[in-house]
Amino acid sequence: MPETPALVTVTRVKDTDIVEFTQSKILDEGNISEIGNILNDLVDQRPNPVILLDFSNVDHLSSAALGMLINANSRLRKKNGQLRLTSIKPQIFEVFVITKLNKLFRIYANRDEAMESFT
Amino acid sequence: MVSNGSHGHQPRRTSRSNHGRAESARHESANTSRAAGDTDFVTTVIPSDFAASRELQHRIIQQVIHHGYSERNLFAIKLALEEAMINAIKHGNKLDMKKKVRVDYAVTPQHVELIIEDEGPGFHREQVPDPTSEENLCKCSGRGILLIEAYMSKVEYSKGGRRVRMIKFNQADTPSAHG
Repeated sequence: MPETPALVTVTRVKDTDIVEFTQSKILDEGNISEIGNILNDLVDQRPNPVILLDFSNVDHLSSAALGMLINANSRLRKKNGQLRLTSIKPQIFEVFVITKLNKLFRIYANRDEAMESFT
Repeated sequence: MVSNGSHGHQPRRTSRSNHGRAESARHESANTSRAAGDTDFVTTVIPSDFAASRELQHRIIQQVIHHGYSERNLFAIKLALEEAMINAIKHGNKLDMKKKVRVDYAVTPQHVELIIEDEGPGFHREQVPDPTSEENLCKCSGRGILLIEAYMSKVEYSKGGRRVRMIKFNQADTPSAHG
């Protein structure tokens, strides 16, 4: 059993890596950096990474977490990858709207819709 | 690794007018005193350390919860406090443990007021690029300030940007704050 709970779970479904944030808060600098590393590894592993980020459990996140997502997205785009975000709670979605990151990321209400959106 | 034997976590109460003279309370004090004033402020000085910040944030948020703020207002205050503390510790004090962050806070049923001051070089608000503009959307900075201003009722900078004062009024859920 791990000493510290995992920050994310990664499940491969067909060609998509589904990354679910397991904690309710994405605030701690160390955690954000670790999640960033995990996402970067997923991007680097494959020629055309396809990643779905599931925010079902997330109640709080900081601008540093947004920065980490932006970095991962930029890295992925360089490899012609696809990234989708899903199951974002309304109060977190508002953070995306205020920062206009809802225009940068493709956000879907649920996993099925997000999965269908991959080309 | 970051243990410094700080005694700076103990709060002390000051009157509303006291936060105008930050230098006089810059020393760390375990004394708690209550002075007359409109609103009682609690003053806490912490080192530039995220763990100390987390503890202080928790203490402030517990008070906000105690006063029965709505989920939405609570979210706003948590977010703004988090961003302001990161700004002070990381961007202001550059994680220098010798530098302190002073936090004056007052939590009442009507409003929450937070005054956060670091010992860094300060910044000019107008020089922070708009992170929502097309060319900056992929950059990683400026969003903390944007979020603070979007979620709080009132935000002021002083002392060359080393100090931010922010207020959240406990109104029935305010319309969404779009930037």
